[in-house]
Amino acid sequence: MAKSLFEKVWDTHTVRTLANGQTQLLIGTHLIHEVTSPQAFGMLRDLNLPVLMPTRTFATVDHIVPTDQFVEPYADPLAQAMMDELRKNCADNNVTFFDRESGKQGIVHIVGPEQGITQPGTTIACGDSHTSTHGAFGAIAFGIGTTQIRDVLATQTMALGKLKVRRIEVNGELHPGVYAKDVILHVIAQLGVSGGTGYAYEFAGTLFESFSMEQRMTVCNMSIEGGARVGYVNPDQTTVDYLQGRPYSPTGSDWDAVAERWLGFASDVDCSYDDVVVIDAADIAPSVTWGINPGQGITIDQSIPDPATATSEDEKTSILEALEYMKLTPGAPIKGTPINVAFLGSCTNGRLSDFREVAKFIAGRKVAAGVKAIAVPGSQIVAAQCEKEGIDKVLLAAGFEWRAAGCSMCLAMNPDKLIGDQLCASSSNRNFKGRQGSTTGRTVLMSPLMVAAAAVTGHVADAREVFEVGEPVLA
Amino acid sequence: MALAKITSITGPAVTVPGNDIDTDRIIPARFMKCVTFDGLGEYLFYDVRKDADGNDGSHPLNDERFKSATVLLSGANFGCGSSREHAPQAIQKYGFRGVVAESFAEIFFGNCTTLGIPCAVATRADIAKVTAAIEADPTVEVTIDLGDQVVRFGSESIPAEIRGSARDALINGRWDAIAELHEGVPQVRSVSAGLAYMAT
Repeated sequence: MAKSLFEKVWDTHTVRTLANGQTQLLIGTHLIHEVTSPQAFGMLRDLNLPVLMPTRTFATVDHIVPTDQFVEPYADPLAQAMMDELRKNCADNNVTFFDRESGKQGIVHIVGPEQGITQPGTTIACGDSHTSTHGAFGAIAFGIGTTQIRDVLATQTMALGKLKVRRIEVNGELHPGVYAKDVILHVIAQLGVSGGTGYAYEFAGTLFESFSMEQRMTVCNMSIEGGARVGYVNPDQTTVDYLQGRPYSPTGSDWDAVAERWLGFASDVDCSYDDVVVIDAADIAPSVTWGINPGQGITIDQSIPDPATATSEDEKTSILEALEYMKLTPGAPIKGTPINVAFLGSCTNGRLSDFREVAKFIAGRKVAAGVKAIAVPGSQIVAAQCEKEGIDKVLLAAGFEWRAAGCSMCLAMNPDKLIGDQLCASSSNRNFKGRQGSTTGRTVLMSPLMVAAAAVTGHVADAREVFEVGEPVLA
Repeated sequence: MALAKITSITGPAVTVPGNDIDTDRIIPARFMKCVTFDGLGEYLFYDVRKDADGNDGSHPLNDERFKSATVLLSGANFGCGSSREHAPQAIQKYGFRGVVAESFAEIFFGNCTTLGIPCAVATRADIAKVTAAIEADPTVEVTIDLGDQVVRFGSESIPAEIRGSARDALINGRWDAIAELHEGVPQVRSVSAGLAYMAT
């Protein structure tokens, strides 16, 4: 019977059916970080259970690391305590830890792929909702809570109900100046922030086939912002080529056999889906959020929604709440909204291609007076490559600060925070109230190049107008 | 250790209105700088409950009438966003034992179930009836009945669905899956041995 990738991976990892009807699912690869794992190790100690398969868990530190301090102890004793706890738990349990001294540390969702730990046809879990990122490789990757981290550590499995699969097919080509970030913001604005509840999203169609692995990761990363716990792209030659030669990729002479096995996980052409959505890539424009959840997005040419034109009482209430928090004027263009901070980074857009694209266009330009601009590479390897290519120099010359790898201002668990009601043009993934570290701080989500455009103009701007991005190719 | 069979939750209730209440709102990230879940209850809804100086602002949880609430009522897509278990932990440690909402975000729902917190889904109109009843009399006891899948308050009741596997797990005292998962370890080993990437 024809199967989707989701079904194939689910079936090959099913251990058994549990008494309540859920599946005991094997989690082949487990990623941990300092924020959500210490309590899980504590629970294991309480239960007197060992880590069942220590070689299948990999750790790094990302959320709390200061991006301007390398030497320990950190200024924040709580951050240091979490660092110490992770280090100790990994050492005590023989878990590989990509510590800052290793040169391989970074945001967990960037480290997994660049080490070749993330592979097609595998199951992955991590105590972080953006674990969906790894689906870019044709893995089924779940964000989980701490009790489930305990379950995976102790049994290499967790209890799960099977998800439905929605195929989101995007065909055609993007206009110049439109990026993977715009694609996922468009999808979320179309299907809503809870539209994906109960689903795995399969991102398919010619657009995703043409995407690099990094673009695919940006899209899968934000599946959860659309309510879908899992998002994936079927593995193809792009996937195989990316993984060849990475530290944890399979070795040996028979690479062709590895590639064939991986490609075999792709959804069968005649498989059935629980739902299908078709989008034309040409309809997608540079997008920005105006509100307090990632579904409250518009294209850069549109106006801030007016509650008076809301189609339901519900929508009106949510627009009013968002506008009050964001201090924006209904009906006004979003373009021209003054910004205070520009943030480049995160597991959504903190990869080499993101910084390359910004450097290409920002060279010779300057961050506007009064704007604080920070660039935070997603991993030490991304940082090193940027530095090798001189990207850091370009950004520094433009007036960005060049920081060390971590989650940084995406969720501001480290010292990088908004102050007061500062408005941040951000390449991250969430614009929730208070998300960037100030209880009144405001976030406008956008692609990295749009962040650069906002940084140099001092307001929300259309990167296509600020930089010479190129004219759309008309068919 | 046998787990409690959670067949019903009864207590005073409070409504925190709104849709898409995310886990950053439930527990702001800065309070996750900890290595245990102890004490998280005091930070529940912190940034919407407290003013800049840490004093109580206007929020349902600060309303004296609802101080003893153990049942939490809310809107659609409750618990969206992050997978942080700190969110249901904060809810539980604050004193809530069950949640009734129009819908729940998936990871949050699973995290709650694993902690033995039933998450019941009811319509907006029905939740509004409960809210009206507790507004009229905050001492009204609200019961989430998992067996009958209803929420009772005073002499009234509304349908309240608890998704199949979660309801079974709660009612039968197997909401924490660790013991059952652990029994399966021999099979886990044999399934993993058959997977190329795990057979190293």
